Parts: sequence; C-alpha cells; structure tokens
Amino acid sequence: MLGKLSWAAIPFNEPLPLLAGAAVCIVILAVLLTVTIKGWWPYLWREWITSVDHKRIGVMYVVLGLVMLLRGYSDAIMMRTQQAIAIGSAQGYLPPEHFDQIFSAHGTIMIFFVAMPLVIGLMNFAVPLQLGVRDVAFPVLNSVSFWLTATGALLINMSLVIGVFSRASWWGYPPLSELAFSPDVGVDYYLWSLQISGIGTLLTGVNFVTTILKLRAPGMTYMRMPVFCWTALSANLLIVAAFPVLTATFLMLLLDRYLGMHFFTNDAGGNQMMYVNLFWAWGHPEVYILVLPAFGIFSEVVAVFCGKGLFSYRSMVWATLGICILSFMVWLHHFFTMGAGADVNAFFGIMSSIIAVPTGVKVFNWLFTMFRGRIVFSTSMLFTVGFIITFVIGGLTGVLLAVPPVDFVVHNSAFLVAHFHNVIIGGVVFGALAGINYWFPKAFGFTLDERLGKASFWCWLIGFYLAFMPLYQLGLMGMTRRLQHIPDPSWQPLLLVAEAGAIVIFLGILCQIAQLFLSIRTRERRLDLTGDPWNGRTLEWSTSSPPPAYNFAVLPRVETIDAFWHMKRIGRPPVAPAYEAIEMPRNSPAGFITAFFATIMGFSLIWQIWWLALLGFLAAAIVVLIAGWRIEREDEIPAAEVAQMELAR
Amino acid sequence: MTVAAIDRAPAAVPAGLARGRGGGGPASKRVVVAYGFWIFILGDMVMFSALFAAFAVLRNSTAGGPTGAELFDLRNVFIETMCLLVSSYTCGLGALSAERRQPGRFLAFAVLTFVLGAAFLFIEVSEFARMVEKGAGPSRSAFLSAFFTLVGTHGVHVAGGMIALIYLVAQVLAYGLPAAVLRRLLCWSLFWHALDIVWVGVFTLVYLMGDWH
Repeated sequence: MLGKLSWAAIPFNEPLPLLAGAAVCIVILAVLLTVTIKGWWPYLWREWITSVDHKRIGVMYVVLGLVMLLRGYSDAIMMRTQQAIAIGSAQGYLPPEHFDQIFSAHGTIMIFFVAMPLVIGLMNFAVPLQLGVRDVAFPVLNSVSFWLTATGALLINMSLVIGVFSRASWWGYPPLSELAFSPDVGVDYYLWSLQISGIGTLLTGVNFVTTILKLRAPGMTYMRMPVFCWTALSANLLIVAAFPVLTATFLMLLLDRYLGMHFFTNDAGGNQMMYVNLFWAWGHPEVYILVLPAFGIFSEVVAVFCGKGLFSYRSMVWATLGICILSFMVWLHHFFTMGAGADVNAFFGIMSSIIAVPTGVKVFNWLFTMFRGRIVFSTSMLFTVGFIITFVIGGLTGVLLAVPPVDFVVHNSAFLVAHFHNVIIGGVVFGALAGINYWFPKAFGFTLDERLGKASFWCWLIGFYLAFMPLYQLGLMGMTRRLQHIPDPSWQPLLLVAEAGAIVIFLGILCQIAQLFLSIRTRERRLDLTGDPWNGRTLEWSTSSPPPAYNFAVLPRVETIDAFWHMKRIGRPPVAPAYEAIEMPRNSPAGFITAFFATIMGFSLIWQIWWLALLGFLAAAIVVLIAGWRIEREDEIPAAEVAQMELAR
Repeated sequence: MTVAAIDRAPAAVPAGLARGRGGGGPASKRVVVAYGFWIFILGDMVMFSALFAAFAVLRNSTAGGPTGAELFDLRNVFIETMCLLVSSYTCGLGALSAERRQPGRFLAFAVLTFVLGAAFLFIEVSEFARMVEKGAGPSRSAFLSAFFTLVGTHGVHVAGGMIALIYLVAQVLAYGLPAAVLRRLLCWSLFWHALDIVWVGVFTLVYLMGDWH
C-alpha cells in the first residue's frame, strides 16, 4: 500500500537531521500561520501563486534561490567544520554516511536550486522589460516552469526528514548510484527531483528563446538588443540543447534502478563511462548556462555605473555566441583520466583552452569600458569589479586544469574544488548579487541600502578568498576532495583558515538579510519615483518602478543600442501618447496545481507507491488538459483605464 | 484562405525602424506559437539523440544474449514503417483541410491518421511482447535495454500524440476551427511529422543496420 515507506524512514535515532528538519518545519508552519492569521491568502493566491506576470515569477524564482542558498550554505559550513576538526585521531561529528549525503546535497542544491533559480529569475524579470515588450511568449508555461522547479526543491528538502539523500555526489556516477550499491531511496530523491525540475527548466528555455527571437519592440534589431538579452538568448539555447541530454541520461539510470535494465551496470554489458560522457555533455554547457547571464549582468552594470556605452558591443556579442558553441566541445576535460588516449585528450585540452579567448575578450571589454569612465562604486559595481579580478584567477586555474598532464596530477583534488568555486562564486553568485542590487528598485520601487550592501560585498569577497585560496594550496599538497576525515595533521592550519572564510561569507549573508530588512523599513525615504535611479541605458528604466502589469503603455520605438539612453539624449518630443486597449494574459492556477500533483507523483515514485504515483500523474495530466481547453486566455485593459493608470504615475 | 489572414498581423511599423534584421516588432501569435513549438521539438530531438547515442554505444553489448539479427522481423517492421509514413501523409492532408476550414474533411483525415498510428503501435507492442516471451526483455542485456528504451520512447511519443489528437478533435467538435484551435493543430502536425523523422532514424540505425550484421 505505501511501497517502501514506513516509520523507519524517519531518522529518530539521528538527532542532527531530525533537529534540522524540525527547525525547517517550524519555520514553514510559522510562515503559514502568519499568512493565515493576517489573512494574506487571497492576496498571495491572486497576485503571486496564480500570477503569470514575468516580473512576479522572476521575483519568486529569486526568492526560491535565496532561501535555498541558506540550505546549501548550511551544508557547506557543516563540511568545513567537519574537515577542520576531524584530523588525526579525532573523528569529528559527522559519520561518513552522513557526510556523504551532505556533500551530495550541497552540490545538487547549489547548482540546481540556487544558481539556476537566481539566474532564471533575473532573466524572467529583466528580459521582457529590456526587449520593450509586455510579457514572455508563453506566460502560463512560465508559471508551470517555476512551480515545477519549486517541486524539485521541495522533494530534495523532504529527504532531510523522510528517508535519506543520495550519497553518490551531485553527479550521481554509476555504478555507485546503481541499485546494487545505493539500494535506499537517496538516489531516487536525487533523480526524480532533478527530472521534474528539469522539465521546468527546458520549458523556460523554449519560452525565452521564442521570446527573445520573436518578441521585441519595434525597431529592436538583433544588434540593438542589450547584451543581457544576448547572453540570456545564448543561455536558453544551451538549455534547449543540453537539458534533454540530462533528461535522457537520468531516464536510463532510472530504468536501471526501477526496471533492472543494464545501461550503466557492472554486468550484462553496461557501460559506466557512457553515463559520465552523457552527464558532462549536459554538465559543461550547464556551466555556461549559469555564467553567461552573469556576464550579461556585469555588462549592463559596468556600462551604467561608468556612464558610458559598453566598449565594443559587437565583439561582446560574438564572444558570447562563441562561448555558446565552444561549450559543447569541451566536456571530456571533466574526466581526462578516463583513458581516452593522448589524441582525444589533446583535442579537448586545446578546445578548453580556446574558450579562454572569448572570455578574455569580454574581460578586456569590461576593463576598457571602465577606462576613463566616471565610475560610481555602487554595490553592483563593487560586485562587478570583484568579479573581474576573481574570475580571472579562476579562469587561469581553469586553463591550468585544461592541460591534460597537469589535470592528471590535480584531478579530483581540493585544487579542483577551489577552481570551480572560484568561477561559480566569483562569476555566478557575484553576478546574481550584482543583478539583485541593480534591478531591485525596478522590481519594488525603492532602492536597497548601499552601506549594508557594500558591507555584504566585502564579506563575500574576503570570505571567498579566505575559504578557497587555502584549498588551492591543499590540493597541490595532495588533499583529495570529499574527505570525511583528514589523515595529515599538517593540513589543519589551512583548513582552519578555510573555515574562517566560510564564516566571513556567512557575515556577508547576514548583511544581505539586514540590508533587505532595513531597506523595507526605510522604504519611504528611498522611493524611486523617476523609474531610473541609476541613470540607466536600456528600456527597463524607461517605465515606472515598479512597472505596471503591462510594462509599457505604448511599446517603445527603438532606434539605437542603449535605446533609453538615446531617448534621453535627444530629448524625446513630448507628444501625447495614443493609448490603446492592451490584451493581457489572465492569471492561471494551472502551474501551481500541476506542480502540486507532480510533487505527489515524484514522492510516490521515490517510495514506489505505484497507485498514488499513477493518480498524481493522471491528475497533473488532467489539469494540463483542462488548462489547454480554454480558447480565450487574455483579458483586455480598456484604453481609458491605461490612460488613467499612466496619468497616476 | 491564406495563412496571413487567419491571425491578425502585427501593427505596421515605420519603414525606418524596421530596417536591418528583426526590427519589425513582435511577431503574430501564430508565428510565436509555431516557433516555440519548433524549439520544443528541437529539445525533444536532442533527447532522442542521446538515446540514439546510447544505442550506438551498446549495440554490441549483448552479454551472450540474442543479437538484433536474431530478433528483428524486417517484414513486420516494414509494415509498421509504412503505417507511420502514410499517417504523416494523412496528417498533412488533415492540416490542409483544417486551414481551408473544412471540418468534415479534417475529421475524416484525423480518424485515418489515428487508425494508422494505432496500427503502428499495435505492431510495435506485439513485437515487444514476442521478444519478452522469448526471454529477450529489456533486462537481458545492455543492447536490449538500449533497444527497448529508444524504440519504446518513440512509441510513448506516438501514444501521447494519439491522445493529443483525440483531445484536439474534441476541441474542433466543440469550437469549430477558430485561430486558437488552428494554432494547436499546426503544433500537433509538426509533432507528428517529427516523430516520423525519428522513426526513419530508428528504422535505419536499429533495424536495417542491426539486421545486416
């Protein structure tokens, strides 16, 4: 009746996960209770949960990413602490069995439920505004995407309390992830939560490619699009071309585990290296799915806060597209030690080094934009400068790792861990934080506190260097990654420095929470009434803050790149705009309800409660069919009402 | 009736603004929907390509079990293939009648397409059943895992397409052929033709090249 689920699934004998789970449950209950007591449900349901407005969905994605950042961070600090104390005869406080789940959860959550939601959320918020249009191509689908992502995040967090999480790391390599070696539900939690959220991500990719290529304001030719839109286009093309590979790969592993097939097993002809190849055929493009939009954010920020146009826009666009294509030709550098032979390794080593060329073009473009600019060191700009320096270091260690003989020496060592945290924190996280500080006033109508913002930047920057520079050195000293126990006491001082760095990063996170809190408290004093607090260059700053649901009462006419800057410079003639009725997509609960049933389905598949899984699937399918039955999905806002709203601005 | 008249064209854009590539403002809804669906199909093709790659890697990993040459019955596969190819033709005729707003003709072709799709699935499923009976099920060897997954995923797509066809026929019966339904039919026919293309790959790589060894 209940498959593998029983009371034994709840870890009553392990205080740590139980306490953590209880704390999470209490927080969730407290939030639900507050919302109920204050009577906020109708508002939340109407304005957020069923909203198909790209701005609202973008905000929800970012909130999801930030909440999961706290979860991922707590995994990180637990590992750092374990490595700092479990040295020599000391065993630390985390048994291997638990430690393995923590590093698996940390990687999975940070990539799929922190970095992806932050990046997709910022794209959701900014891309249609920058393109000068009213919404994405498929607004309801956008809501479905978000809620399926939330389903994945929910399933992964359920594993904290009910059952266990995967011990096979964030990439789930077989044969360890096969049923023979991971018989419990951990790997199933991993696979199903990523399958379900992966569908959401694929739909996002389809949605944004269509939006950017087919919906742009009149006059916005390709070479007039803001760079962030170009990077978003590249990232979403990569999503469409890479995520289905991950879906297929996980499908094969699931069939191995559920139906006894032999894609990756040790016996009957299975081939583990095929999993590794397929995984990284998705995995390397994924790196660029994350970092290209971050590059776009830095390009916007650097141009605005230096008060001049981006240096060599065209080369920036071509470098973006070059990276987009090259990213599919380097996957084998993740496993040079597979033994593919010198020729294959040389090819992939050279291709990996070549990627540094377009990236270098970008770095010089940012530097030349700053050269003789009037630089305003706002929080976003500080993150940008911090990124340029940090990312160059990370890029250089990447080029080192791209050389196969070097890679053979430092493969799977702490050096590698330092390298990819260097590019992901220095690139993606700094980019997301810069973007949040940059677009916050547009989203909510008031600016964030700069002092606390800068404090958070310095904590993040210093904390990052303290936490990861020692790991480079430890890697060269021979420390491999994922050690639950440290055999060599001479590593301890550096591990303590790394622990201190992780704590400084936490101070940065606290500063951000304080920044948010304080800014909301003092919002009356920091209102953005012009809609253009930074003297911006692109179209999102030409509408009010926050923008009306329809973004632009009259679609802007674009004549140059940096369209808004151009409009400000020539001083648009004050003609009375002719308001027309605007068709806007109706709210739809389809996304939320589909995801609700998808959660039930995922959970029952994990625990092999077949009847419930079938019910969940059928219910989700019926919701989709009902939502697809309607012919009219738009409401019209009459012209008079638009005019009234515009006058009230 | 021409395609352009079915959907409202976007508001006219001054020639000066539209100069250069893609400066004509937002595309019409029909273009947006069809384009988005093309991109989705592209993603689906990428998924199939990963399954094709897995089959290519594992085709000789029979683990002492039966090979393709011993299992495949090319005569059945040929009939199966013909069913699917002809169904694509009838699907195209159905799409044309829909565009010409001839619901009766459309329904006739939809029924024909559905029957051909069902025949294809019936042959495929009975082949699968025969193989499992012989002890050549998907868990026998890596080769058979890859075979059943690749061909089965295509079969699941065909089944999904048939359910979608019933659903769309119901919409035609309920609403007639307004622009919104025509857009959905357009997407559906794109999907059905794409499955045909995948099947050409399956027929060649799995059956013809498998039987040849």
